[in-house]
Amino acid sequence: MKETILLLAVALFFVAIALSVYRIVKGPSMPDRAIALDTIAVNLISSIAIVSVLLSTKAFLDAILILGILSFIGTISFSKYIERGVLIERKRND
Amino acid sequence: MKTNDVILQFTAKIVFFIIFLFSIHIFMAGHYTPGGGFVGGLLTASAIVLLILAFDLKTVQTGFNINYRLLVATGLLLAVGTASFPMFVGEPFFTHFYDYFELPFFGNTSLHTAMLFDAGVYLVVVGVTLTIIQSIGEDE
Repeated sequence: MKETILLLAVALFFVAIALSVYRIVKGPSMPDRAIALDTIAVNLISSIAIVSVLLSTKAFLDAILILGILSFIGTISFSKYIERGVLIERKRND
Repeated sequence: MKTNDVILQFTAKIVFFIIFLFSIHIFMAGHYTPGGGFVGGLLTASAIVLLILAFDLKTVQTGFNINYRLLVATGLLLAVGTASFPMFVGEPFFTHFYDYFELPFFGNTSLHTAMLFDAGVYLVVVGVTLTIIQSIGEDE
């Protein structure tokens, strides 16, 4: 019973990821795509948590934290590139 | 137009320490749980990359003042030194030693020379990643 519910939750997360992939392919503007990538990362984090409950192991908790950090940095760099057009400024000019 | 990203800079200042402490934890816990020198080094590099993204290259360079190529050399020297030290005491190459020590704060702790080799890997990964990112960011 418990495993059925957890598998159903993973399947629903896959549906959410598929909808976000549709937004990445179709999205009219670049910020839509950046936010869809961030949503995919959040859904992947939740899926990893449910899989680690399914396998009854604690080994994936570090992977969850690392994926959160990497998606944070990735979203920041995407939004900075969209807004400024440059990722790493050599020297701030103000 | 003068840009003002105070929220990004304040968040980066706080999150940098969280990521750095987590990378130290991953590096130290690598002997018994998932993690180790490679993932810890990549996390430290991504923390510094977050600072470079929020501020600029010049500010981070004056803040840290580390030559990352020297960091790579130091890491390789540490790894090779740890691996070749047993040859001088009559053991094969890459023999590791461990023993239990009574440390003042941690209690009875097992210290292993594989951790020194892992520290070399950590320094090399941090140095190589930041050398790549810095040299890509510096050219126009």
